[in-house]
Amino acid sequence: MPWHYIARSMRGHPVRPPESGIARRKSIWERIHLDPWLLGLLLLLMGSGLIVLYSASGQSIDAVIAQSVRFLIALVGMVIIAQFSPSTFLRFAPLAYGIGVAMLIAVDVVGDVGMGAKRWLVIPGVIRFQPSEMMKLAAPLMVAAYLNRCELPPRLRDIVVCGVIIGVPVVLTAIQPDLGTSLLVSSAALIVVLLAGLSWRLIGFIAALGAAGVPLLWMNMHNYQRQRVLTFLNPESDPLGSGWNIIQSTTAIGSGGLWGKGWLQGTQSQLEFLPERHTDFIIAVLGEEFGLVGMLVLLFLYLLIVSRGLWMASSAQDTFGRLVAGSIILTFFIYVFVNMGMVSGILPVVGVPLPLVSFGGTSSVTLLAGFGILMSIHAHRRLLSR
Amino acid sequence: MLKRPNTLKNSEQELRIFRVRALLAVLVVFTLAGLLTSRLVYLQIVQHDMYSTRSENNRVRVEPLPPNRGLIYDRNGVLLAENRPTYNLTLVRERVDNLDETLALLVDLLELPEEEIEAFNVRSRQRQRPFQPALLTSDLSEAQIARLAVNRHRLPGVEIEAQPLRYYPDAEIMAHTLGYVGRINAEEMETLDAGRYAGTHFIGKTGVERFYEEELHGQAGLRKVETNARGRVLRELGRTDPVPGKNLTLTLDKSLQTLAYELLDGRRGSIVAIVPGTGEILAMVSTPGFDSNQFVTGIDVASYRDLQQDLDLPLFNRATRGHYPPGSTIKPFLALAGLVEGVITPDSTINDPGYYQLPNDSRRYRNWLRWGHGRVDMERSLAVSNNTYYYTLAHDLGIDNLHEQMSNFGFGQRVAHDVQGESSALMPSRDWKRGRFNQPWYPGETLSVGIGQGYWQVTPLQLASATATLANRGHWVKPRLARQIGDTPVPRDLPDTLDDIELANDSWWDRVFSGMEKVISGTEGTARRTGVGLEYRMGGKSGTAQVFSLGQDQRYNADELAERLRDHALFMAFAPLDDPQIAVSVIVENAGGGSTHAAHLARAMTDAWLLEDEAPDVEEVREVLEEDDANVEGN
Repeated sequence: MPWHYIARSMRGHPVRPPESGIARRKSIWERIHLDPWLLGLLLLLMGSGLIVLYSASGQSIDAVIAQSVRFLIALVGMVIIAQFSPSTFLRFAPLAYGIGVAMLIAVDVVGDVGMGAKRWLVIPGVIRFQPSEMMKLAAPLMVAAYLNRCELPPRLRDIVVCGVIIGVPVVLTAIQPDLGTSLLVSSAALIVVLLAGLSWRLIGFIAALGAAGVPLLWMNMHNYQRQRVLTFLNPESDPLGSGWNIIQSTTAIGSGGLWGKGWLQGTQSQLEFLPERHTDFIIAVLGEEFGLVGMLVLLFLYLLIVSRGLWMASSAQDTFGRLVAGSIILTFFIYVFVNMGMVSGILPVVGVPLPLVSFGGTSSVTLLAGFGILMSIHAHRRLLSR
Repeated sequence: MLKRPNTLKNSEQELRIFRVRALLAVLVVFTLAGLLTSRLVYLQIVQHDMYSTRSENNRVRVEPLPPNRGLIYDRNGVLLAENRPTYNLTLVRERVDNLDETLALLVDLLELPEEEIEAFNVRSRQRQRPFQPALLTSDLSEAQIARLAVNRHRLPGVEIEAQPLRYYPDAEIMAHTLGYVGRINAEEMETLDAGRYAGTHFIGKTGVERFYEEELHGQAGLRKVETNARGRVLRELGRTDPVPGKNLTLTLDKSLQTLAYELLDGRRGSIVAIVPGTGEILAMVSTPGFDSNQFVTGIDVASYRDLQQDLDLPLFNRATRGHYPPGSTIKPFLALAGLVEGVITPDSTINDPGYYQLPNDSRRYRNWLRWGHGRVDMERSLAVSNNTYYYTLAHDLGIDNLHEQMSNFGFGQRVAHDVQGESSALMPSRDWKRGRFNQPWYPGETLSVGIGQGYWQVTPLQLASATATLANRGHWVKPRLARQIGDTPVPRDLPDTLDDIELANDSWWDRVFSGMEKVISGTEGTARRTGVGLEYRMGGKSGTAQVFSLGQDQRYNADELAERLRDHALFMAFAPLDDPQIAVSVIVENAGGGSTHAAHLARAMTDAWLLEDEAPDVEEVREVLEEDDANVEGN
């Protein structure tokens, strides 16, 4: 089926626009619908990630190979997704959203329990995956698709509809319980509404509502989630229990100093004081071994990616494309901020990996799929002379 | 879906809104990035000294405390497996200044062979955590430890680590039954409970060590220690003590086991002895043996290859896995089967012309005595080991009844409670043959089975266990090796024990016993030379199993055959007749006739167990046996 749509989108975008008097040759990058700058930056990021991973995994070349294989699969996925035209995403957003919601319900009913929470959907011997992961893309796509047919800025009625669209998957993931993913899904979709021009008065109102909802949220939280928040507020209260992570990660980062202790030389990391050092807390290994300089270089790399992404978003030609592209790239930054904030001790511990650096396949696939959509939106612009 | 185009859409305005919002987003992004940066500057520059000190000093590490493996004793409290303290040399790469120099110095000091260094280099190339001590060589001698102590200042990062190592004082004699522990391999690592085995390098690989691994191992403990910047332990902060493994008391009798081993004299063979009333295995020997201690520390390639390629298969446990045609030793069981099924009575007789013929078949199935034994009843059939009687009996029983009755004695199945790797050997049946060869069962094959040949195969353990059950008048007690686990005795009655065998008339047991006694003490008993000077009543049955079958009417001379084609000698026995205390099975491969080459060994075993005074002299037994061998011809 996809090839059918590829063919259709090709027909919809003639190589030489008839209005254009001068034949403009398409570059190779335009032909394959990829953005060389963004791709280059992503590869640079993944490469640096693998170097840190080697150290963080206790010098396991196996882990590095496994991660490279996942990257490769995710990159292939990205390239394939970039070949679809944005109109395909627009058309299929409701379907993807519907399937996603159905699977989230299925997970809550029959899902596989992993790490004390129901997150996985398993077809034995075939596949085992987290539907909430797919929702990270399906929810913003759905909201953008809805807003695409409204007059912007959105009116109150549209905002209520968007609220429902966002609310359903967020509640379903929150009761799994997977607070981290639930927050990411909601922020990805909320960003779409914000970018669409949600009025400032309403933003203020929602913020106030959110503040009022905090006690309600607190009451409905699981014990371990509450513990995380309490520990965040005062990590020393439980130095050998759940505060251990924060104490060890800030110690690792702090002891790194300006230049770090050198690759593979971090005692905190290598002596296994640092928990989850190759997954969520991998940035602490970087901080300890490469110091402030290493941290800032990585942060700068992330900012370059975000800047390029935002530029691509604002040069998109229709509302749907802009909203989706903007949401994808800003969500990417939220990942970075939440992870680095959590590891450096300014945010509570929520299970958010560092994009394209932490060990793990699912998040890399979702992230690169998002970048695939971003590239598709950018590369399928009609070359209109204005 | 969502097809309605919105004609009111104002693209210019929407783009303008988006650009404003995007610009705001950029501001937010850079503000948050600034926040992160300032946090990092605070941690890594402002607070660097504090965290640096903390990272240097505040190091808490959890170390596993491996449990002591349970000891293994024989029935009299003689130690069979102990934990000997040994000293290993380990090296922490990260703390060694110059690895090559250090290794060279160590080779010099300890006179280490080059292979050890090479093996170390191979090991250290594998994945390893930093600051983990890597094993350089194990089992240091006192002299080596002294030399290391003197040169300690020149060897930073080199440590002597105490480790208890399994040691088997009577390795060769006990090797197969006791088994041995070895290093945990990658495959085992995956299935093990990592918490229970933290810090443990060894696991039971075979025999009792493997079967009772769960009980012998225990539970690892933990200790929280504070270490300095280099990973060296400074003080202990807390600990959970390990739970040591349970000690095991076996049913084996070390002196009887040793006697059995010496009686077999390095030949290929096996002796198993069981107490009929309790199922306790007193001795279970397979020869030739091997030094199981070699496998604990890790056997070198050359020695292992020698053991592997030895034609006598020293690593093979003949007692539990050796498959032998039982020959005439199963005649008492067949007689019992005939009695159970009502095919014979103790007094029914046949006339033996020296052969048996199936109806409408010209082929003659021969008795070992060419001219026949004449009139033969049940007791005489056992005493002289008459074949014709059992051809007739087997034919009358039919293979189906025969298979069922022999299964009741444990043939063709695993009989023991706790013998690791026991083989079920083979009790042939119609179904088995159909499945194996896709052929029907032929009547002639029933006759072969009737004299313990053909497809029938038993293990020495099965033969001993069936003999014990017979001596117990059909009451099954499961053979076992463990007498007591920790403080808990193993109960006499265990689950999944076979059903008892019942005769219509209980006195028929005595008639079968009497036939078996005549084998040893009767004037025409096949093993009558073994009965000379017997101080108690003993029942037994000899067997001679053909290694390969001879054509019809073909006679053979054992001397002409290569040693390995000679018959296996078998004997089964129990004593005393009126209150059986021991049941024995003896198998000596390629030794010749069972009534000579196996019977004397069985008698030595029962003598040793039943007579108070002195243990039989092995040399004497051997002399008697050789003299006997020179005088005897035939079975």
